[in-house]
Amino acid sequence: MMKNRTIFFQKPVCIAETATIAGPKEGEGPLRNYFHNILSNDILGQKSFERAEIKMHIYVIKNLLNRMRLTEDDIDCVFCGDLLDEIIGCNYTMREFDIPFMGLYNACATFGEALIIGSTMINAGYMKKVICSTTSHFSTAERQYRYPLELGSQRTPLSQWTVTGAGCSLLTADDTSRIKIVAGTLGRVVDYGVADANDMGAAMAPAAMDTIVAHFKDTGRNPDYYDLIVTGDLGHSGSRILQKLVKDKGYDLGDNYTDCGILIYNREGQDVMQGGSGACCCNLVFNSYIYSQLKRGKLKKVLFIPTGALVSKVSSLQGETIPAIAHAVDIEVL
Amino acid sequence: MKLEGNEKKEYLDFVRKNSPRTKHLNTLIKAFVLGGIICCIGQGISDLIRHFFPVYDEKTVSGYTLTIIIIITGILTGFGIYDKIGNWGGAGSIVPITGFANSIVSPAIERKTEGVVLGVCDNMFTIAGPVIVIGISASIVVGLIYWLIGVL
Repeated sequence: MMKNRTIFFQKPVCIAETATIAGPKEGEGPLRNYFHNILSNDILGQKSFERAEIKMHIYVIKNLLNRMRLTEDDIDCVFCGDLLDEIIGCNYTMREFDIPFMGLYNACATFGEALIIGSTMINAGYMKKVICSTTSHFSTAERQYRYPLELGSQRTPLSQWTVTGAGCSLLTADDTSRIKIVAGTLGRVVDYGVADANDMGAAMAPAAMDTIVAHFKDTGRNPDYYDLIVTGDLGHSGSRILQKLVKDKGYDLGDNYTDCGILIYNREGQDVMQGGSGACCCNLVFNSYIYSQLKRGKLKKVLFIPTGALVSKVSSLQGETIPAIAHAVDIEVL
Repeated sequence: MKLEGNEKKEYLDFVRKNSPRTKHLNTLIKAFVLGGIICCIGQGISDLIRHFFPVYDEKTVSGYTLTIIIIITGILTGFGIYDKIGNWGGAGSIVPITGFANSIVSPAIERKTEGVVLGVCDNMFTIAGPVIVIGISASIVVGLIYWLIGVL
């Protein structure tokens, strides 16, 4: 049932298991004990960083299947995306599997999009088990959006560090675990005219605000309904802007609010400026830290809002501002 | 999503006021120090050449000095050291010829996975290219002005 912009799943969809693999820098961060696997180097013996990203992606999907004792035939579809042109990372990953594939792109909000589409497919009864995954890699993203790695350029104080990693969630129609996707609010493309491609937090904060306010209006809930409200990758400055924007609309996010970009790195020691970003930033944090907290019952109701800056090098050079999108997913222990 | 009125302008003003800014004094001092160090190294190399090869004239010495500095930068870039120096010193690493060498070597390394011709050769000048074009164009304009002043 869809009310305004929010889909309420008639039978909440189960998140049966997750798998993650984190890069070396993420592995030194505060969440290192939660990741399933940590890489010691980020090239993985491959001839390019793109190949390394693909290898990580293949690994997490295989790891998830092995741990759940599933075969490729058991999975009805994989919904995934990444930040590379034409999402080549996912295309080459899925070449290795005999599983139907639907490629998605919402920049860093892709994981939210994948969760909502996967849940919808299961709830509608067409599919029984689907995998939602995303990947990102610091070195491929730098090259895609910014400068060569070895160029001696200075990072601005507003910049964020693209997370290296891959993560996936298995959604099932049965009740394998008590962690359920209850509702999802779809985002709109919001552009308040931020043109600085280094200031992703400010570009994405209005999109997050738009989706969060729509979610509260559609559900009739208040921020204190949730134990944790967590955005994707707004970083330190973007989160502050979001808190102010939401307050202006009459909701106070309060102390239960944080951001995956803040959680994933240690700001003082790791020289990451505003925090983490990238399609796998929210994915890594959700599939490791938040999922384990839900499993242990330390969190019961989580509003998870992956945010994406729909920026491209071409449109930036042509003087376009940065459109952004955010999808909210309501995850509860039932 | 369609926006109404001056919501956009108000937001941009708010962001501008509340965003962390580059600490200019800090970066200026670092750039000054690093640029100075690089120039001192250059001076040292040129003095050494002059000391060991007194037969060379001024032009030859400066030519060799530049070549040696460019080679050193290329090697440092290849080993992933120069980008750390650049991250610390900013413009201090860009203005001397080392910055130019770094801007050619770094895309060349990055694009080697796409092959020699269309990868390395095609992308070598993606960053330095505009600098060269604008530099030459500017020197033509300045030269014309200089010539005009001489004629008048």
